[in-house]
Formats: sequence, structure tokens, C-alpha cells
Amino acid sequence: MAHVEEAPQQGASAPPQGKEKKLPARDRFTVITMVTVPLALVVLLVWVPALLSVVLSFGRWNGFGDLDTIEWVGLQNYEDIVTIYPAFWPAIQHNLIWLGFLVVFPTLLGMLLAVVLDREMKGSRVYQTAFYMPVVLSLALIGFIWQLFYSRDQGLINQVFGSEVDWYGDPDVNLWAVLVATAWRHTGYVMLIYLAGLKGVDASLREAAAVDGANEVKTFFHVIFPVMRPINLVVVVIVVIESLRAFDLVWVINKGRNGLEVIGALVAQNVVGEATRYGFGSALAVVMMLISSVFITLYLRTVFREERS
Amino acid sequence: MSRTTSTAIPRSAVATMAATRRSVLRGIGLSGLAVGGASLLAACGGDDGPATGSGATVKFGINEAKGSGPAYDRLAAMAEAYTAETDTEVALNAVDHNTFQESINTYLQGTPDDVFTWFAGFRMAQFAEAGLISDLSDQWPIDGLNDSFKEASTAPDGKQYFVPASYYPWAVFYKKSVFEKNGWTAPETSDDLFALMDDMQGKKITPFAFGDKDGWPAMGTFDILNMRLNGFDFHMSLMAGDEAWDGDEVKLVFQTWKDLLPYHQADPLGRTWQEAATSMGNGESGMYLLGTFVVDAISDVADDLDFFTFPALDSSIGADALDAPIDGFCVASAGKNQDAAKAMVKWLGSAAAADAANAGADAPFISANSNASTSPYTDLQKKSAEVVGAAANIAQFMDRDTNADFANTVMIPSIQAFLKDPDDIDGITASIQEQAASILG
Repeated sequence: MAHVEEAPQQGASAPPQGKEKKLPARDRFTVITMVTVPLALVVLLVWVPALLSVVLSFGRWNGFGDLDTIEWVGLQNYEDIVTIYPAFWPAIQHNLIWLGFLVVFPTLLGMLLAVVLDREMKGSRVYQTAFYMPVVLSLALIGFIWQLFYSRDQGLINQVFGSEVDWYGDPDVNLWAVLVATAWRHTGYVMLIYLAGLKGVDASLREAAAVDGANEVKTFFHVIFPVMRPINLVVVVIVVIESLRAFDLVWVINKGRNGLEVIGALVAQNVVGEATRYGFGSALAVVMMLISSVFITLYLRTVFREERS
Repeated sequence: MSRTTSTAIPRSAVATMAATRRSVLRGIGLSGLAVGGASLLAACGGDDGPATGSGATVKFGINEAKGSGPAYDRLAAMAEAYTAETDTEVALNAVDHNTFQESINTYLQGTPDDVFTWFAGFRMAQFAEAGLISDLSDQWPIDGLNDSFKEASTAPDGKQYFVPASYYPWAVFYKKSVFEKNGWTAPETSDDLFALMDDMQGKKITPFAFGDKDGWPAMGTFDILNMRLNGFDFHMSLMAGDEAWDGDEVKLVFQTWKDLLPYHQADPLGRTWQEAATSMGNGESGMYLLGTFVVDAISDVADDLDFFTFPALDSSIGADALDAPIDGFCVASAGKNQDAAKAMVKWLGSAAAADAANAGADAPFISANSNASTSPYTDLQKKSAEVVGAAANIAQFMDRDTNADFANTVMIPSIQAFLKDPDDIDGITASIQEQAASILG
């Protein structure tokens, strides 16, 4: 007993000596493996390709022949992107609209749905499944479903309302049409996260609020919502990531052209399809990476500040 | 290549959707490392078989997935017939059309099949220049393939790298019954055309069906207008990057197109070519400029369809050029079995191969070989063969005739920008020229 009591004392009063710091060989091996394997994977699969993208972005290469056929052009690609590439500035604008829209509508709607469904009402499970369903569907299918709604000549919306709106083709409306489709999908996602969050809220908090005479609305905004702060952070991060990587739906619809330009689709247009402008596409990807890192930095700063306080 | 690049749900979508943004980025990095070679396409391993002749194996990469319809059936029938005739075993490697096309670079630089399906035109020439496909000039001439096909198989270095199998023309399609009922005839001059279009509008029929949601169909309109207004030679040298895109010639094309736009279906950018075809099929539109694959979308009225080539707009230039993309075969330089591959590719260009293909599928193709039997052809195909045979010059379609980077990342958005705002011709042509200068060097 005395020995056991002594050990922490020693640790607290003086820095541990080298002899005691050493873990048994097996543990050391475990720790080293657990650190190096994921590290190697991250470096190999994330950092090396990312750095190579940056390197490639200073070249012009169509993928024919060896790496020595890359023609180094300095900042030419970046210059072209901001000066003569007509799709770039609209793409930046669309990504920002996307972000703003996702932060406001699907998030609020998802939160509202979660609060309502959390009340154990009749058929709650059915509604949960229905709202979450779009998240599970494949994007090719989602593109097809909305094509049935939005088609100008044969689509449901125009047929029902006798209108002639070119939902996918008119660059002034197609972004909003796609945002509605995205929101349809994203709301269920946000709802699920908040549902999980609400289930985790201590029931005694609600009771205490009720005893103090707070009504439902007040309880939510003054007690529940602040308690869910970590969930809110997660949702914000997800929304930001989702809007920066906006790609799949516009790609299904028209490959990100004509009013649906987003950075992710521009990268794909230049390197994935028949076009092989690896340097130019990489430069676009680097721009995207830079924008993402701004948000990542902001997020990490908030998280760390929180941990410190 | 145009055809399958676009249905309401592109086939590519399924494949592409698997690629999230991150995997796309990773893909870029990987191609940088040049380890992307091990792609789907190179699924077949690289074991060495006997050299050539009986008992040898030729690997045959085709751009139609198994069960994708007549196109696959024809290629499979060809492979089977070749085995039956020469005893050479053919190992089929069937890949989805879009996947094949989009991975072609890594495919050819990795471990490609010996013989593979490809297209005539700039991209064939580009592969030839990069040394990715084998010189086939020792296999030419091929009995039954005339000089214009030989020319289409020739790269700028004067050697042949391609063996044509089939083609399809782009023309103006219409319904015979509608034309008969209204007493219309196929226009032969620019005046005829405008008179016809005015009459159609008077009868509340949209003269031209038009859809460009997928970006490539409108290239066909640009091609034909450019060939009619500036001539075939200018068109080809523009495609090769030797003419200015902001010159008066190109501006004239856009100007003429702008004058024709009121005769086209409105809002083309949200409409697929299938939807546009449907509007002609049900009589809302009178005509549709498209490839013969238009039949696929309105097969219920296929027997009622007929076509004419786009009339002359400038009598000094005439109307003897058209787009008629040619499909065929190349031999990959990295293929293991060069001799056997060359022997097979030569046979694939023969009339026997074409007949085997057409006997093995529900829908025939139009053979490039003039000795092939025309008895399986539909009336439309018989007429297509006549029209193309009579044409003095054949182009391959913009996205096959010019640099793929330029066609896909510049021309598609620029033509769409023009259709959105037809008044800004100067701005659009200037922008095309700037980007052309940057991409084409």
C-alpha cells in the first residue's frame, strides 16, 4: 500500500526519471505502431498527393509520356484561372451562395424537424426514416428523381403549374433549383445529428426548467440549445465541408456548366473526363485547398480555444 | 463518342459519383506519380502467349460493356468470327463506353490490350504523335476501304494508325408524314430553307428541335455552319488550331447562328437531345440536326424518319461536306502481341468482319467497307451510305477533330454562353481565342 501511495507523490513532486518513463517493450511497440501506421497512411494518401498537386499546378501536362514531358510554366495556370477562365469567378460565387444557403435553410429546418420528432409523437420513426431517406439514396438516383421534377418539357413542376421555366437550363434559376435538391438531402442529415444530440441532453435539465416555469420555446433556446454546443459545432463544420465540396449533384445535372459552376466540378472537368489539363486542374484544386484551409484554421482555432478555457 | 456521353442519367454518372472531391484530388496526385496506370481497363494481366497465328491470343479492348446492346453484340460477333476464321483466340476486355474514353490515357500508357476500339480524328493523331499507337501503314491498303477512309486513318506524319469499321452522318432529320401532309420538300438552298422555316412557324411548328444540356450536341450545329460558310479546309484548320477564333470567319458563323436561333426551340440549355428528339417525334418541331442515333430516342417513329444534308448557305462553297464520325480500331504500341494484333486489325476492316458484326446484332452499323453487304441496313442507313459516299469532304465532329482539352473545357462552355447570350459574339470569340492561345500554345 505504502508503495502505491508513494508513486503518484513522486510523479507529482518531481519530474519522472528516465527509468520510469520507459514503457514495457510490448506497449512501446503498440504505441509506435499505432502512431506510425496511420501517420504513414495520412502522409502517403493525403499529404504527398496534395503536395504533388501543388507541384503539378506549376506545369502544363496532358498526361502523355513521362514526367519529363511536363512543361514548367510558373504561375501561368493561376494567371489564366483568374484572368481568362470564364468559369472561375462564377464558381467562387456559387460556392459562397451554396455555403450561405446550406447554413441557413437546411440547418434550421433540420433542427426544427429534430425537435419535433424528438417528442416521441406517433409515427415518429416513420417520419425519421422518410426525412433521412434522401441521404441514403445514390446521387445518380437523386439526379434522376429531380430531372423528373425539373425537366422543362416533360417535368412534373411545369406540367402541374403549366409554367415554362427552364429549371436546369436557365442560369438564373438552375443554381437555386439545385440548392433545393441539395437541401432536400442535407436536411435529413442535419436532422439526424440533432436528434442524436437531443437524446444526449440530460432529462433533469428539462425538468428543472419546467419546474422553474419556463415554456417549451424558452427551454429550448435558453437551456437545450446552449447545452448542444458541441453538436452545433459539428453541424457547422459539416455544412462548410459540404458546400466546399459541392460537386456530385451539379456533375450529374450538367457537369458543372452554364450557371452551375462550382470549384469541385471545374477541377473534375479539367482532369477527370476527356480533357487532361493536369496542370490547370491542379491549380484549381490548389485554390480550393487554400479556401478550405481558411475554414479549417478557423475551426481548429475555435476548438483549441475551447479546450484551453 | 458523342452518343453515349449523354442520356438523362449519363452512364458516366454512376461511375463518376463514386469519385468524391477528395478522391479526385488524390487522383491528380496519383497521376502525378504515374502510378495511375493500373486502371480498370488494364484488368487483363500481362502473360505472354504464343507469338501469332493458330493458338495465339489477341487481347481486344472494346468500349462497350457486356449487355449494353447492339454495339456490344457487333464487337463480340466480330471477335467470334475472327476466332472461327483464323483459329486465333480473342480475349475480350469489355469496358463501359465513358469509362473507356475517360481512362484512355492511363490505359494506353499502362498495360493495354493489343487491339482496341477508337475514333478517327485529332485524338487518334495525338496518340500517334505520342507513340502510343502502332504504325499500321504496312497493313494498308485494305480491300474495300476507299481513299477518304484511308485519309481519315492517316496521322499528320503521313502514316496510317487506324482501321475504320463504321460511321454515322450528322444531317437534318424530319418526319416524312409531316412533310407530306404540309407539302414541304427538303430545302436545297439557303432561300428554300428560310422559306420552309417561315412556313413552319406560320403553322405553329418549331422549325428546329434543339437541346444542348449535355454541351456537345450544339457542336454539330457549329461544325455544319462553319463548313457551309467558310468551307471544309477552313473548318479543319480552325480545328487544328491554325486559325484565329476571334477572326471574321468565326464571327460570321456565330452571327448566322444567331439569325437561325429564333427558328430553334427556346431554352436549349436545359434540354437533353432525347427530349429534343421527342419534340420532333411528336410533331412539335419540324426538323432536327443530329447524328443518325436520333433514331434511338424515337424508335417508335423510326420508319417515318428521313433526312437531308444541311443546305448550302454560300453557293460558292456548296454543301458537299458534313460531319460523319468514324469508329474503328487501333493497335496499342504497348500491346504484347504486335504481329497478331496487326493481322487482326486488318481483318477487322474487311467486309467479312462487317458482315459478321451485322449478322450478330439486332441493329446493324453502316460499314466503312464498300464490299460489305448492305442487305441488313435500314432505309435510313442505305441513304446515309449514299450521302456520305457522295460527300466530297468528311469531318469527324468537333470533339474528335480538335484537342480534347480545348473542346471540353473551352468550346462547350463558350457555345453554351453564346446560346445564353447570342448578342455577345465579340466577347465570346475573344474569350475563346484567349483560352485557345493558352491551351494550344
